[in-house]
Amino acid sequence: MIVEAGVAIVQLMVVGLGAPLLLGMLRTVKARLVGRRGPRPWQPYADLWKLLGKEVVVSTTSSWVFRATPYVLVATVLVAALIVPVFVAHPPLAFAGNIILLVYLFMLATFFLALAGLDAGSAFGGMGASREVAVAALAEPTIIVAVFALALRADTIDLGRVVERFGHEPWLAANPAHLLAFAAFFIVMLAETGRLPVDNPATHLELTMIHEAMVLEYSGRYLALVEWAGAIKFFLFMTLLANLFFPWGLTSSVGPGAMLLALVALGGKLAVLTGAVAVLETSVAKLRLFRVPELLAGSFALAFLSLMAVILVQ
Amino acid sequence: MNGLVYGLAAFVGIVATALGCYGMVGGTGAVRLAWLVPLGGLDLTLDSLGAFFLALIGFAAVPTSIYAMAAPPDESKARFTFLGFVLSMCLVPLAANTMTFVIAWELMSITSYFLVLQDRESRSSVYAGWVYAVMTHAGLACLLAGMLLLGAWTGSPRFEDWRAAAPALASGARSGAFILLALGFAGKAGVIPLHVWLPLAHPAAPSHVSALMSGVMIKLGVYGLARVSLDWLGIGPAWWGLTILIAGAASSVIGVLYALVDHDLKRLLAFHSIENVGIILLGLGSSVVFQAAGQPTLALLGLTAALYHTVNHAAFKALLFLGAGAVVHATGTRNMEAMGGLIKRMPWTAACFLVGSAAIAALPPLNGFVSEWLTFVALFQNRHLSSIGLNLVFVLGIASLALTGGLAMACFVKAFGITFLALPRSDAAASAVEAPVATRLAMVMLAAACVGLGLGPTVIVPALGAVGASVLERAAPAMVGDWLTLEVAGGYASLSALAIAIALGAAFIVPMAALRLVRAPHRTRDYETWGCGRIVQTARMEYTATAFASPFKRVFDFFYRTTTRLDIEFHPQSRFFVQRIEYENHTSSIFHDWLYRPALELLRAGARAAGGLQSGSANLYLAYILAALLLMLVLT
Repeated sequence: MIVEAGVAIVQLMVVGLGAPLLLGMLRTVKARLVGRRGPRPWQPYADLWKLLGKEVVVSTTSSWVFRATPYVLVATVLVAALIVPVFVAHPPLAFAGNIILLVYLFMLATFFLALAGLDAGSAFGGMGASREVAVAALAEPTIIVAVFALALRADTIDLGRVVERFGHEPWLAANPAHLLAFAAFFIVMLAETGRLPVDNPATHLELTMIHEAMVLEYSGRYLALVEWAGAIKFFLFMTLLANLFFPWGLTSSVGPGAMLLALVALGGKLAVLTGAVAVLETSVAKLRLFRVPELLAGSFALAFLSLMAVILVQ
Repeated sequence: MNGLVYGLAAFVGIVATALGCYGMVGGTGAVRLAWLVPLGGLDLTLDSLGAFFLALIGFAAVPTSIYAMAAPPDESKARFTFLGFVLSMCLVPLAANTMTFVIAWELMSITSYFLVLQDRESRSSVYAGWVYAVMTHAGLACLLAGMLLLGAWTGSPRFEDWRAAAPALASGARSGAFILLALGFAGKAGVIPLHVWLPLAHPAAPSHVSALMSGVMIKLGVYGLARVSLDWLGIGPAWWGLTILIAGAASSVIGVLYALVDHDLKRLLAFHSIENVGIILLGLGSSVVFQAAGQPTLALLGLTAALYHTVNHAAFKALLFLGAGAVVHATGTRNMEAMGGLIKRMPWTAACFLVGSAAIAALPPLNGFVSEWLTFVALFQNRHLSSIGLNLVFVLGIASLALTGGLAMACFVKAFGITFLALPRSDAAASAVEAPVATRLAMVMLAAACVGLGLGPTVIVPALGAVGASVLERAAPAMVGDWLTLEVAGGYASLSALAIAIALGAAFIVPMAALRLVRAPHRTRDYETWGCGRIVQTARMEYTATAFASPFKRVFDFFYRTTTRLDIEFHPQSRFFVQRIEYENHTSSIFHDWLYRPALELLRAGARAAGGLQSGSANLYLAYILAALLLMLVLT
């Protein structure tokens, strides 16, 4: 029990503290790729700290939903952080509901964030909320189907055990189904975390943005919480991609040495994936909003094909 | 007088719940009065599955009756009809032979018809009542045909005898009976494409009646489907289950798609009833398929998921309809575009509606999540099926359940956000006041039920499993676990709603407290919404429900087939000054256009052709009788 609590705290620290760094790394790499020096990777920490100390402006139109939402977001992503196998193969809350719970926790976050977007009564918030829920709703089937394709191959729905099984029997992963599921999941990751080509996290042109429009009314510590939660969500999706499709380096024991090694492995995998996302983001343009569903439908088709491949091969 | 009758209805609800719980823990009982009803007599039997539905009716009848006590007189005047509606619904799951069942079923339909027809002045209400009457009686015709055929083949009108005799029937006869009975029950359950009456009738009725109709009455269709596919006819072929599964997948996705573009608050909820019946049928269909494949343990898992979602839907749909009723009273309209800002004027209603919205959107840790999780796990068990065709259908079921979850979340962001948040969009909404105490009490009871049903799967699932096992006969328990964690399908997946709730609570409070300790917050300033430099900020600048749903309209355009009309009147001197804009946006129903209209036209053409026979001359009619008599003699 105490060991599990210790693992939970270490995992929360890794995710909570690592998330801003991952985002900072991505921004730095992107800046370098386009020939700018860019901010240092640890800039997000400074941003968050600054925002935490700033005054909060709350719209008089808004209600308690607006003020509760940042905490709801943080709560959902922190619980989600305990379900994803990050560096130990058996995450502390794995027994609570597996991948389905993870998907619906992210939906809980989207639900409240979209309500907060509507709460202030500005057109931007409503626009962002409407677009965000559209993207989230269309992305959900892909996540479930893609992960189920993996689960079916590993014969378990428990994420930790899926990772373990693939780690021990790598030939299971050497399969076209795996590649299709990876592609589908990668596209969904970009959509769910608001990256290019679905959404541009750097834009502040109201008419083109999705996520940034929805959180336009937030300021001060609320904005810090919203941004932190967004960073954690990005970190978790990247970790899922890294661990589900490159299932090596996770530790089953909880000794400090093994955990350190697992963290280094995680860092390596995330660095490679971050590089891939940075290259992608600097080389594609943002899609027109109404082309996004086509991309998501494509990713769903990939996930479905992957599942079909698994069923037909069996 | 109102209080007395509705109090009696609530009392009936309590008795029904108690009796149902007694039946669910293994109690049995029977009442037989042969002289009361012709053709077999009155025959009421309490068994496990019937007891579950009886408890469900009672559970929903109590808060709706409390709500009705405080409802305005024009909505609550049909008190005896309401009482009759509750009583006749209670009889349906108890009925044990054809005649008793059909009488109870018809009483339920007629009383609900009069409740739908409460507002006899409005054309839409009369039309809704008419469509409802036609559809429900078409369903009754199917049911009667199926039951009488089955009675003739097995030689008994009693359901108990069917159980024994049905497996020996020819497979064609069994399937014929299945099709007739399933059609009749699916019509009552609002399964696509037999759903057309539901979005008309449910909004037309007073809100406490809508709550009962959506929460419980359509579940009796599910009850019948479960009886037909698992109980009365014995173990059927796999295609029965596949049909139910496909109907469930279609109903869930199509129901929520219609709800997304509907901005009438009560009709939106009615469409969500179609969606949720679809989710229930996904569980039930998987159960029938597993039963056919000789996997009773998995069949039990699917049936448990279906039963769990049945009771969950009763809780949150009743809550949402009562909440919608409170809002409609306060604002005088069902149109969401004229609402807004109600969270400040009706804080209790808003909080309860938010709980219901989160529950129906299957957000953890509320009850909708638990039953959808179970349904997902039941569908994931397709790994035990060998046929590729079956697997394909299950995968489609999984995908449509996931899509439904996402779209339902989007739809309830719209339903709650546009109705309760931001600035009021009309004067009526601006002057709305909180609902009376009885209304709030009813809503709080149901909201508490949503939370309780969400946190207690480790207690509820075994209880429902026992109900399911009594239907499936000799099925081993599919779920194990302790008070904290539920393990299903032999350790394939586990769920701990309590752990999720505790973790979410801790993760909500700890950062809030830590933030105060680490970095003391500066002051909070209340200021108007950022308006891009505009001077006035009015409700007209808010996002509307139509605008909110427009991305979905574009994405699913092939389904909605929207027609848009934009009419702009410019100033005569300059095109840069707009004097008037008119925008209309209609979606059309493919079921209406492609199924019901051709069917109705065919019916009319047939009637017109038959009309030629009706000359009005008595001599001709005598000739008809003679011809018919001769024909009979020749044929026999």
